[in-house]
Amino acid sequence: MLRFTLKRLFSLALSLIAASVVIFFGIEIIPGDAARLMLGINATQDAVDALRVQLGLDQSMVARYFDWASGLLRGDFGTSYTYRVPVAEMMQGRVWVSLPLALYALLLSTLIAFPIGIIAAARRGSWADWLVMGGTQLGVAIPNFWFAMIMVQILALKYQFFTAGGFPGWEDPALALKALTLPAFALALPQASILARVMRSSLLDTLSEDFMRTARAKGRSRRGALVNHALRNAMIPVLTIIGLQFSFLIAGAIIIERIFFLPGLGSMIFTAIRQRDLIVVESAVMLLVFAVIIVTFLVDITYALVDPRLRRRR
Amino acid sequence: MKALLKMPGFAIGFIMAFAFVLAALISFFWLPYAVDGVDIANKMQAPSWSNWFGTDQYGRDILSMIMMGGRTSIAVAIVAVGIGVGLGVPLGLAAAARKGGLLDEIIMRGNDLIFAFPALLIAILITAVLGASALNAIIAIGIFNIPVFARLSRGAALSLWTRDFVLAARVAGKGRVRISFEHILPNITNLLIVQGTIQFSLGILAEAALSYIGLGAQPPIPSWGRMLADSQTLVSLAPHLALFPGAAIVLTVLGLNLMGDALRDHFDPKTRRERQ
Amino acid sequence: MNLLEIEGLKLNIGAAEILHDVSLDVKRGEITAVIGESGSGKSMTAYCVNQLLPRGAVAAGHLRFDGQDMLGLDEAALCRIRGRDIGMVFQEPMSALNPVQTIGAQVAETVLIHRAAGKAEAMAIARETLNRVGLPEAAFPLGRYPHELSGGQRQRVVIAMAIALRPRLLIADEPTTALDVTTQAQILTLLKRLVAEDGMGLLLISHDLGVVADVADRIVIMRKGAVVEQGSREEIFAHMRHPYTRMLFEASSHVPARRAGAKDVPILEVRGLVRDYTLPKASFFGHAPKFRAVSGVSFALKKGESLGLVGESGCGKSTLTRAILGLEAAQGGSILINGQEVRAGHLVPRHLRRNMQVVFQDPYGSFNPRHKVARLVAEPFHLLDDAPKGAARSEAVVMALEAVGMVAADADKYIHEFSGGQRQRIAIARALIIRPELIILDEAVSALDVSIRAQILDLLAALSERFGLSYLFISHDLSVVRAITDRVLVMRAGEIVEEGLTEEVFNNPTHPYTRALIDAAPKLEELMQ
Repeated sequence: MLRFTLKRLFSLALSLIAASVVIFFGIEIIPGDAARLMLGINATQDAVDALRVQLGLDQSMVARYFDWASGLLRGDFGTSYTYRVPVAEMMQGRVWVSLPLALYALLLSTLIAFPIGIIAAARRGSWADWLVMGGTQLGVAIPNFWFAMIMVQILALKYQFFTAGGFPGWEDPALALKALTLPAFALALPQASILARVMRSSLLDTLSEDFMRTARAKGRSRRGALVNHALRNAMIPVLTIIGLQFSFLIAGAIIIERIFFLPGLGSMIFTAIRQRDLIVVESAVMLLVFAVIIVTFLVDITYALVDPRLRRRR
Repeated sequence: MKALLKMPGFAIGFIMAFAFVLAALISFFWLPYAVDGVDIANKMQAPSWSNWFGTDQYGRDILSMIMMGGRTSIAVAIVAVGIGVGLGVPLGLAAAARKGGLLDEIIMRGNDLIFAFPALLIAILITAVLGASALNAIIAIGIFNIPVFARLSRGAALSLWTRDFVLAARVAGKGRVRISFEHILPNITNLLIVQGTIQFSLGILAEAALSYIGLGAQPPIPSWGRMLADSQTLVSLAPHLALFPGAAIVLTVLGLNLMGDALRDHFDPKTRRERQ
Repeated sequence: MNLLEIEGLKLNIGAAEILHDVSLDVKRGEITAVIGESGSGKSMTAYCVNQLLPRGAVAAGHLRFDGQDMLGLDEAALCRIRGRDIGMVFQEPMSALNPVQTIGAQVAETVLIHRAAGKAEAMAIARETLNRVGLPEAAFPLGRYPHELSGGQRQRVVIAMAIALRPRLLIADEPTTALDVTTQAQILTLLKRLVAEDGMGLLLISHDLGVVADVADRIVIMRKGAVVEQGSREEIFAHMRHPYTRMLFEASSHVPARRAGAKDVPILEVRGLVRDYTLPKASFFGHAPKFRAVSGVSFALKKGESLGLVGESGCGKSTLTRAILGLEAAQGGSILINGQEVRAGHLVPRHLRRNMQVVFQDPYGSFNPRHKVARLVAEPFHLLDDAPKGAARSEAVVMALEAVGMVAADADKYIHEFSGGQRQRIAIARALIIRPELIILDEAVSALDVSIRAQILDLLAALSERFGLSYLFISHDLSVVRAITDRVLVMRAGEIVEEGLTEEVFNNPTHPYTRALIDAAPKLEELMQ
């Protein structure tokens, strides 16, 4: 298990390096001079050159990459070209909106998907199964931002169950969670539908395995065999999907934030793109990819906990 | 095809998705109303006999806008699937043909890397680099489709490579490339069709999301996602502005998914046996 | 009253009637073997007993276990009986165990389900039962996972789960089919010992007469969902009243008529062949370890000769075949085909490969399901520089098909339209079409029912004579090798341990491993005499 964890950590580091290279060079090939953009067309060439030196833009691309990457390791994300403030400072408050939103949605997605997926599989062909299959089919097809718009109309504006937008900050966690509930639910619904379908089909596959028959031959009831033998085996493909979903959710969070006027990373990224504030885009994207890679790592470790065959290679 | 249309799931899905494809095609020749003009006098009309789906804040006919928007959504999704299949399948087949080889390693690592980037972030990066347009939306969604098809075809091909009929072809002196096209590819087409349908529907959703945040097709080209974005501030006054474009997305995606599921059941020997 | 009494049992799955009128008994302390070819309904009969039937299956008739009518019981009552009074062992030990639970937990589960003991005591019972089935604590602690065990060891775990509560009846569905000859013999001995110790009844299902012939007390022969003959082992062997029984016995020990026609010129020579596989690295640093699958194998195969290659799974026989067929290069030694040498590090070139073709074991996996038979059979033409085209090609396909007893019209069909035996004929036609001198038969009859197997062996013997073919006959089945080969090689752990004329090796094996193999193999002929 230790060796497995170390190996995964090693590949985690590799993924981070690869991702940082792709992000940095992917963005830096953009034509256009950031210094010129910041100062406007009327600035003198001398002023632009001075700013270029100040921003470090006069150095080679490779040198700037190492500068940026080593900064990342120290938690220094560089300085915004537009606002001349550290990017880390700009992101600080916003990260704690976007990440909790994605995690909250992941939790909701799992909490919704597991029971209905399991029930659908256990009662295959029953009305419950049909209902779950039909409902999730619809859930997968609904764009989360559209669903969010409708929910805002109905739940927040008409009946005022939830706040329609804005974020009060984490001083009062209960209020903060309440503000995130509706966006998280909108994000979670399509993912929960996908997850429930995966759970169902994975469980159905497992139910037809030979060892399920063995369990029944030992005297386990249908339900007992499902709980004691099928669930854990069925989790393996489900975990894969959960890992992938986090990546969808974090991207989805950026959109949903817009509908609910949440001060997350999304609005900052869109503004930075418009303003050509590349360092902000790079750093914010890097941060999100970092979160995705960490979650992938955690999923890999969970795999090994679920499946002893992965713990040691024979 | 006849056998497929007899399956209720496929038939319903086909009708739903095809209705929108047809509407988009018709828009090339005929539209209920022109959509390039502004008619403030008629703005935000509720659905009526003259404007089935009502009019928007500029007085344009929403039905006509949806027909035009369908072109963008469907074209973007189809081309993005084409990119995924065209690049992903050869990569997957090549990786499987020499499992554990250098190419396999590179392709799989590259795949993992793309998977680490949320699809939408790729799109955001691409639009940050190249600017927002329908073409860039295609590229962004297409790039994410490549590893999907590469992974799928590699996995399926790997299990086929262990089969005796592939061994027989090798004994007959056939090379890996030839075997990949003669024996492997025909046996994974079913899987590719199913996945293609699913990626098509995901492409429509992704295009809508990109247009919604302003990173997809730019005005004056209509698109479903942007219609939703434009309606956002007005939705409490005129819900139909958001209702119809949203329903267009949901029905198209639902139709495609129903088709995909039916196809999967049809091709899967396990479920087929159960039906018999 | 017998332990198990089945009378007039019928079974329908959907509209299909699987069992028509099955009657048989199992007595306490006795082994009743049910024998049949595929589709005979023997396994379904077994699953009727503990009512573990597929969805939509409806059983009717009388099925009394210890006087209790099993067909009338509800699910809860059946759950109480399964595992406690009726244990079951399955064919595939590799998939019969839950991969994510320890073997101890899985054996103890039988005890815990039936609340026969507390947790600690259940683990103690699991330990004791594993000891009983030959998995001692030192090598097999309770914390082992199934993937850490071999097939034979897993089957012992499955048996331990089945007998943990000392059931009165044990059902074993093809318990040794997936195992090697020596392991098979050990498992059968174990089952026989357990029956004697616990006095339970054993219902043993098998397709192989030889396997059960020396352990069974009673034999039931089934065919197409009905019992054709049953009786004590002695009665069955002595009388064989039903023609199907006779056919089954004859086919099981069938020896095709062959004329020895070996010339003293070798078609294939293997000299000191070495095949290494690189294993995955154990750590980031250091060299990847190597596994020597074939180490210094030498032999010669003469023109017109049929040479057997016998060995258990993992002995390196498949690896050797792949090197000879030119699919993988050897790391040492050389291969000579018609006197032309292929050195280590090189693949056998195309012009030499033309002299060889192969027939694989699995009649279902050997063909691309998307091509028609004509295209499948013509595939080896790829090896020829001047392969026939158009009409000449179709003619060659028809000739090959007719040579194996198929007809010209079959060329236009897809492979799924044929039975297993027919597919194996088509596989032979494919091998024949470029008129090779040598055909490698890699377990080519192992997946077939005995009656079909006998026909294919006859066909092979006839073809060898007609076309002057040489065979390299690879098999784990000693009786088949004995029937069809002139000389035999015995392979173990990558080396040839014994070589000689087939009859001599079988009558006077010199190497202890050969002796062990022959002792473990079922000996139907002796029982019939």
